[in-house]
Amino acid sequence: MSDKFKKITTPLTDETVKVLKAGECVLITGDIYTARDAAHKRLIQLVEEGKKLPLDLNGKILYYVGPAPAKPGQVSGSAGPTTSSRVDKYTPTLLDLGLKGMIGKGLRSQAVIDSMKKNKAVYFGATGGAAALIARCIKKVEMIAYEDLGAEALQKMEVVDFPVTVVIDCEGNNLYITGPEKYKK
Amino acid sequence: MRKVSTEDIKKVVKELFIQANYDIGPDVMKELKKRLEAEESESGKSILAELIENNLIASAERIAICQDTGLAVLFIKLGQDIRIVGGNFNEAINQGVREAYADGYLRKSCVADPLFERKNTKDNTPAIIYIDLVPGDKIHFQVTPKGFGSENMSRMKMLVPADGEKGVKDFVVETAKIAGPNPCPPVVIGVGIGGTIDKAAQIAKKATLREIGKNNPDPRYAKLEKEILEEINKLGIGPAGLGGLTTALAVNIDHHPTHIAGLPVVVNVCCHAARHAEAEI
Repeated sequence: MSDKFKKITTPLTDETVKVLKAGECVLITGDIYTARDAAHKRLIQLVEEGKKLPLDLNGKILYYVGPAPAKPGQVSGSAGPTTSSRVDKYTPTLLDLGLKGMIGKGLRSQAVIDSMKKNKAVYFGATGGAAALIARCIKKVEMIAYEDLGAEALQKMEVVDFPVTVVIDCEGNNLYITGPEKYKK
Repeated sequence: MRKVSTEDIKKVVKELFIQANYDIGPDVMKELKKRLEAEESESGKSILAELIENNLIASAERIAICQDTGLAVLFIKLGQDIRIVGGNFNEAINQGVREAYADGYLRKSCVADPLFERKNTKDNTPAIIYIDLVPGDKIHFQVTPKGFGSENMSRMKMLVPADGEKGVKDFVVETAKIAGPNPCPPVVIGVGIGGTIDKAAQIAKKATLREIGKNNPDPRYAKLEKEILEEINKLGIGPAGLGGLTTALAVNIDHHPTHIAGLPVVVNVCCHAARHAEAEI
């Protein structure tokens, strides 16, 4: 890998998050957790009922993904990011519980960005549609909860050098605004 | 009357959906390479290179290009001199989809009820099937697994005739702008103009399946396609929305006669994985 990448490992700490700036290319190694809308909905329901979550969110990274089924001999099927905005409604609550990073694609709401600033969290963009390529970074997949949701289940993924870009940093700088500005004609 | 068995129909549908999900068309690959040459943004270049590599891996390893292997959509031209034997035509198509998504290790993304239970049907059926009855004794299948990151960014508007060409242009460009990074740019945009609201949507979807680089045969529409494509690529959104010159790979317009009072426009957005396959039996 070229030097343009900054390497980080999970779980994330405030110190790691604070030095990540919008626009930086990052390689993530360690455990990340998959969750889409359906899993988020269940997590939030537990929070509202005051019940224990199936995972401790402190320092964790959630990856918005619903992988394709793995072929025999494959660790994971193709596994690119899904559109993040569909979980925006749920995200501030999870950030308040210690969630430090999110991997997805696409815009986030102002409420999410405000909560990221407050809680010192980071939003990474993975390349939408580069799903076969991303699957190669996944070394192990373990079911954590909501198996009945199929591709939408909450799973632990062990990744090595997962390539992402810091899109929104913990100060609220947003590459989806500054990036396109440069090329607008 | 020529007889065609439902077994043969099932087999063709199965093969087409697996092929569409593993092998991106040469038209898309050619356009991605061309745009990579012209892209000025560093992140844009690296994303386009990633997409090209991704498509090569998927094809070589026989795995899905994208984990969103879509809802199964088919456009079928059914020759009127054909007699279907061996069972139900629609069921044969759905069985082909079922087997493609099971045996091809494709994600099942269909929920039975859209509003309440949203329970996965677990086999990616039912497919969305459009049938056109045509002269002859052949069946032509054109299929697309339609992902929803881009589908969700699609829009429709009932323009009035006075809005004209400019109204259409502004609406399509505005749609791309609102979509921003969400639909996995660079996108392919299908535009349906005319008909009724549903007809416009149907032809917009069909337009996303057109081979990239082929413009509408009517020079006025071809010109409009080129102008809109140029406008969208001036937005700066770029590959993955991180900034750049490549926001759209193509704008394909299809049109249909409409009512004296109307100018319906539907913009159907498709991601860079503009997956489609076709076959005839």
